[in-house]
Amino acid sequence: MDWVNDIIQGVLTGGLYALFACGLSLMFGVMGVVNLAHGDLAVIGGYVALGVIAVTHVPVLLSFIIVVPIMALIGYLIQRTLIQAALNRSVLTTLLVTFGLSVVIENALLQFVNADSHSIGTGNAIISGSWQITSTVTIGYLPLLILGVAVVVLLALQYFLSQTRYGRLIRAVADDREAAQMSGVNYRHVFGIAAAIAFGTLGLAGIAQGMYSQFAPTTGTTTILLFAFAAVVIGGLGSLWGTLLGGIVLGIANQIGGQINPAYDPLAGFVIFLVVLVVWPQGLTSRRASA
Amino acid sequence: MSERNGPGLRGDAPLLEVRDLVVHHGQLKALSGISLVVYPGEVYAIIGANGAGKSTLLRTIAGLHRPTEGSISYQGKDVTRLRTETRATAGIVMVPEGRRLFPSLTLEENLKVGASYARQGPWTIERVFELFPWMKERRGQKTAQMSGGEQQSVAIGRALVANPRVLLLDELSLGLAPVIVQRIYAMLPQVLESGVTVLLVEQDVSQALRVATHLQCMLEGHTTLQGTPSEVTRAQVEAAYFGVTDGSQPLWTGLTTSSRES
Repeated sequence: MDWVNDIIQGVLTGGLYALFACGLSLMFGVMGVVNLAHGDLAVIGGYVALGVIAVTHVPVLLSFIIVVPIMALIGYLIQRTLIQAALNRSVLTTLLVTFGLSVVIENALLQFVNADSHSIGTGNAIISGSWQITSTVTIGYLPLLILGVAVVVLLALQYFLSQTRYGRLIRAVADDREAAQMSGVNYRHVFGIAAAIAFGTLGLAGIAQGMYSQFAPTTGTTTILLFAFAAVVIGGLGSLWGTLLGGIVLGIANQIGGQINPAYDPLAGFVIFLVVLVVWPQGLTSRRASA
Repeated sequence: MSERNGPGLRGDAPLLEVRDLVVHHGQLKALSGISLVVYPGEVYAIIGANGAGKSTLLRTIAGLHRPTEGSISYQGKDVTRLRTETRATAGIVMVPEGRRLFPSLTLEENLKVGASYARQGPWTIERVFELFPWMKERRGQKTAQMSGGEQQSVAIGRALVANPRVLLLDELSLGLAPVIVQRIYAMLPQVLESGVTVLLVEQDVSQALRVATHLQCMLEGHTTLQGTPSEVTRAQVEAAYFGVTDGSQPLWTGLTTSSRES
């Protein structure tokens, strides 16, 4: 029964990894930008949530209502200024600029906040509660909630991209920027909207990380960005549901690895990541699509 | 230009005016001082061989290249510094070379993107379906599976739903069989009737001569000939198209005036 529990816990953790990854996948799919500051921006989302909760006393589980719009606004502004300026030069420049942004964010947090770890909503009954299913299987409320949020986010993104006017414009701009311009589309604005959505998901990712465990100024690069990358690559670059699949594969691998030897917890996931990279470089979802 | 005698066009204010346009691609000078004036209601055809600078001219008018010298004015206003999308919403809309459809979008979605920032005007998606009736039942298909001629029609439809005042057509005939080219050009009377002015670029000289009210021939970034189709002779066009050596022989005898890229 231990294995059953591992798989269940792995699937649940996959929801968290999908939240980390879907914004990264969206920005890569639409603008070709690999945002190396992705993890640090999720950490910013966590700090914004702490601030929002401290100032407004909003219930922790509802803090996203304020945090997500703030992150979306930050995303639009960073895209229209910093990342667009880098894109105007070359795609390679966006790597350098987002790497620089990552370094600046981490050091600014160390300088102006502190190096302490923070959690969100410790002591909250929903966040710490769980169901005892059998003697060996327990399902925490929070991991299940996070998985549910990830599924809702992916469904909402899918609906937005396929059914709405701006979703259509995002896909058009991702296909052919110049042709979209010839139809009167200001692609910079459309990029801004895509970035706003990606950063909105980062707000959720930051809150989820803070509730699930904790974050510190460096958590962005040491944890969130790495898992986001692994989930995106395993699931398939630019595929939204692939991030959930990738996250779940990663989660199960880490759980089972950790079961064999606690030291294998993050290691097993990254071994799977390397295997997928070698055997199916396009990721699991694209392999299935072409088969 | 005042001596021009297009069909009832004299006296109208020019719609589009290009003055002494110079465009570089890196070190290479693609256009060396091209000028042209397009009046409302015209079909203004620019012809020339591969590499004459025709597409560069059209792309510069659409705002996709920055000229090093010269100016472009539209409805009397200077638009040389405006972005492509701003020109498009003002009414300068291009059907680009190679169609450039959105491959992950359906036919109808391609048209919807074209209509996203449309001006007021007669063209709607329904009206495009009347112009190309086959589109209606294939509206949900991805355009990548369609034939070249069908894709070209979608590209024209996508430009029309933006309700252009001047429609830039870049090499509609490229890579298409002559019978398909004729079928696509058959839409032109309806487009003109709706009040759209057409500026087109063609390698296919006979096709251009059939539809044009004014003709301009380019060679290596220069204008070599211009006038109405009735003013110019076939021999003049051929000489201007190919460039002529001192022995008045075509420079490249292997080509004919109707040759196209395959």
